[in-house]
Formats: sequence, structure tokens, C-alpha cells
Amino acid sequence: MRRLLRDRRAAFGAGVLAVVACAAVAAPLVSSGHPAAQHDVVATRFLPPLATDHAGGFHALGTDRFGRDVWTRLVYGARISLAVGALAVLLSIAIGVVVGAVAGYWPGPVRTLLLGLTDFVLALPRVVLLLLLAALARPSALLVIAVLGLTGWMAIARLVHGEVRSLATRPFVEAAVALGLPGVRVLVRHILPHALTPVIVSAALGLGNAIMLEAGLSFLGLGVQPPAPSWGNMIASGRDTLVNAPWVATAPGIALVLVVVACTLLGDALQDALDPA
Amino acid sequence: MLAQLGRRAVAGAAVVVGVVTLTFFLVQVAPGDPVERLLGPSATPAQLAAGRRALGLDRPVATQYVIWLGRVARGDWGRSIATGRPARDVLADALPATVTLVGLSLVLSYMLGLALGAWQAGADSRVDTAVSITTVTLFALPGYWLGLMLVMAFTYWAHWLPAFGAAGLDADALTGWSRYADRLRHLALPLATLTLIGVGGVARYARGAVRDVRSQPFVRTARAKGLSAWQVTRRHVARNALIPIVTLVGLSLPALFSGAVFVEAVFAWPGVGRRLVEAVQARDYPVVMAATTVTAVLVVTANLLTDLGVAWIDPRIRHGSRVT
Repeated sequence: MRRLLRDRRAAFGAGVLAVVACAAVAAPLVSSGHPAAQHDVVATRFLPPLATDHAGGFHALGTDRFGRDVWTRLVYGARISLAVGALAVLLSIAIGVVVGAVAGYWPGPVRTLLLGLTDFVLALPRVVLLLLLAALARPSALLVIAVLGLTGWMAIARLVHGEVRSLATRPFVEAAVALGLPGVRVLVRHILPHALTPVIVSAALGLGNAIMLEAGLSFLGLGVQPPAPSWGNMIASGRDTLVNAPWVATAPGIALVLVVVACTLLGDALQDALDPA
Repeated sequence: MLAQLGRRAVAGAAVVVGVVTLTFFLVQVAPGDPVERLLGPSATPAQLAAGRRALGLDRPVATQYVIWLGRVARGDWGRSIATGRPARDVLADALPATVTLVGLSLVLSYMLGLALGAWQAGADSRVDTAVSITTVTLFALPGYWLGLMLVMAFTYWAHWLPAFGAAGLDADALTGWSRYADRLRHLALPLATLTLIGVGGVARYARGAVRDVRSQPFVRTARAKGLSAWQVTRRHVARNALIPIVTLVGLSLPALFSGAVFVEAVFAWPGVGRRLVEAVQARDYPVVMAATTVTAVLVVTANLLTDLGVAWIDPRIRHGSRVT
């Protein structure tokens, strides 16, 4: 823990994520009005950053083609991006931990089956699967969470499987078994708490990845649907106005890169702190 | 070794069959009807039913699957519902574009990334930090956004490079060098997008691999016995650091194909990824199936080649002893 606190990468990563999360939570306080609000479209569209419109409204990052405030959409979009990313990663962790723990603790056909399944899903081309699953139903944030969660658990399952398997032979686990505790209790109370540290690293890296993929799906029109703002569909909507209003696509992209960099650095720092070798 | 490779090949084939089967059923249960899109909103129910019957879509999904498998086994991939062209031709046209883009960007990413990472691993800590920040940022860039930014800079502001497609409108009228130049100019931005992101990932990984190997006792021994820095690097560091890096090639190919899907969408690059996105949106079943199969086969083959490459570099694996 002390290593982690001294690590500048961890400080930067955690700082950026904290700021973005606070802005997302406090979106109504730090922005002006509703993210889909349109006033006088003709008078307020494509205002450059730092402009003030005719009604005295200040637009720190300018406005898009419907006169919507880019900063407001950005912070409301952060809500969606972070929530979708975090929930998708939680879903991945839940599936991965259960599959990995069961496969690691109970040998025999169950293990073979689960490991086979993990390897199989790992070999599937993820984006192709994402495209197909996203096309399955009406695109929505919930669907994106499910799709990202269902295609992201394999690495965690493998990690947990390895940890559980090596922990299962340790004396304190044998002691718990010798005391006559049921298998599930041994696994949950005695093994899993020790097996979860690598999962934290994986979660930090996975969060960045999930946020990026969510934006990608929304960019292609298969994720969060306009007018709800998501960083991905904001980039998509700024795509047609690159020439006369480059800020519309630039701002959400920079936010996206910052968050993904923050997750990666935090993950790297966690890795070094947990595994000082 | 051969037996092991055989097992991997069988597993790979199983993955391809699995992907294809899964895709087939997923696309079929997806809402959205290709016939409706084909005939338009004014079609009567009778016309829709006739259209479905003509395409064989009124049969049970399992029956359709068996029929489809049988046709594919005979080399018939069906016709695109949207355009009527044979799906095989659609893919045959798209594949070279994707292979060019992905292949070139793979080669460039690794050449630049390895050089950068290896140099960085030996540089002093300030340079190391600066390069690390750069590579983390490159790695975090979403391809579709970086693509747009490059288009903004090089097409709209500088007017240097074209933003869309694989060739200019007048490409057929061009001959000789100007034709190649036109192709290269169109390739530049999509290739740069994929390569920049790739360089970030490879350099990060190469730095770690080289650092790990350098701290090993055998490198100290090699230095202590008086080998020159170059000999230590080439004979001891490079060879050992290559093992995780070659494994990375296999792992990064699926990611590269995924990246290509987005980059092709941004640059209207006429490759497999773009065809797949279009076909998914149009519920063009035969093209979706063909594109998925091709992608799965490419990824699985790449993984097999990676295993071969690792075995070739690492005698411990080649001779069957387990490396932990």
C-alpha cells in the first residue's frame, strides 16, 4: 500500500478517475442545464470554445450542430461511459471469479469443461462478437454492459483458476478442510480472499478497455443512442463537422484518452505494488 | 512437438466451427428481417412471405444451418441478400484490402515498437519516463478517434492526404507510378492510425520483456565473462526477450483485426471489417457468415503460427519440456 501511495502513476491515474467520477456524479452542478437541451439552434450552433451566446450562456467547450453545450454533454456522457464501463467490468469479474474458482477448486470434468469454455471464448474474435450481439437487440446501455461483461471475463477466470489451484494445497486450506468445513465455505472464506489481488489489476485495466469499447460501439451506432450523450456517439456526431467545428469530436476523444491512460497507469502501478519482484 | 501442434490445430478448427455456429444462430435470432429491408416498407405480407420462401428463410433455423454447412462444404457461400452478388466475391474483393492494411501495420508496429522499447529499456530514467508516457497515450488512443484527428490535420488543414477509400475516383485512368502513388496516399492515414496505436502496445511490452531479461543472472554472467554490450544484447537478451514478444504477435492479431473494423469504418476502407459492419446492419446473413468465418480462420491461423514461432525460438518448448 505504501508503495502504491508513492507511485506517481497511481496518483495520476487515481486522480484523473476521481476528478472524472466527481464531475459525472455532480454533473448538474458543474454544467449548464440538460445535456440534450437545444435553445435557439440557429443562433447557438457551432459556437467555438469559450464563446458566450446571445442569451449570455457561457460555453467552455463550444456547442455542437444543435446548439447543445459540449461541456454539459461531456460530463453527462462521463456518467454513461463510467457507469457502463464499471458495470461491465463488475459483470466480467463476477463471471470470471465464479468460473475460475469453481474450475480451480473442483477437479475433474467440471474443471475440464470450464477451462475448455474459457479457452473457447478467449479465442472468439471479440469485436465481431460485439457487433453481432449489439445488433441482436435494440441498442441500449444495458445491452452494451451485458455484451462487454459476457466477452471480458476470460482473463480473470484464468487468473483466479491459477491462484485457487495453488492456494488449495496450502496448509491453512488443508486445515480448514480437516476441520470438516464444507467445500463452498472453504473456497469462499479461506481461498478466495487470497486469490483476489490479481483481479484488482485486471479490473483496472479492464475498466479502460470497457470504456473504450463502449465508446467504439456507440461510435458505430450500436451502443448508447442519441440524444443521450456518450463519448462514443459524441465523437460520431462531431465526425461530420470536423472542418467547421473540430471541438465537437476533439473534446470527448481527449476525455476518453485521459481516462483510458489513467486506468492503464493505475493498473500498472497496482501490478508493481502487488508483485514487487 | 508434432503431436502438440496437431492438437492445437484440432482445437483451432473447433474454435472456427464454434464461432461459425454461434454466429449463425445469433444472426438468425436477431430481430430485423433482411427481406423487409430488401423489399421496402410498401411490400405486402404476401410479398414478404414469398421473399422469405425464395431465400429459404421460412425454414427452421437448424435446417437452414445444415443446408448452409452443406453449401459451404461445396464452396458455395450464398449470395448477398442486399446486392445479389455472391458472398464469396464480396469477401474476395475485401480480403486483400484488410490483409494489406493489417499486415503492413503489424510489420511497422513491431519494427518501430521493438526498436523504441529496447532503446527505452536501456535509456536513463528521464527518457524512460517520457517515452513511457508517450507509449501509454498511444496505446490508449481509440482508433476511430485518432483516425478522425489525422483526417482533420492532414486532409482538412494541410490538404496533403485523402481521407476516404482505397483509391481515388480517377484511379482507373492512372497508370504506372501515379497509380501506385495514389494507392499509397490513400493507405497512409489508415495505416498510420493502426500503426501508431500498435507501436504504443508493442513498445510497452518490449520494454518490460527486455528489462526482465536484463535483470537475469545469466546476463550478468555474460557481461562478467567479458562479452561486448552488443554480443550480450544479441545473443542473450534479444533471444530471450523475443519469446514473450512473439507470443504477443499472436495475441495482438485479433486486437489488430478488431482495430481494423473501426479504422475501416472511419476511412471507408473497403476491407472485411467494413463489409461486416454493413452486413450486420443490413442483416445480410450470407455476407455476415462469410466475413465471420474468414476473420475466425485468420485469427486461429495466426495463433497457430505464433505457437510455431515460439517453439522455433525456444528450444525448451521445441523439445517438449515444460517452461513454467
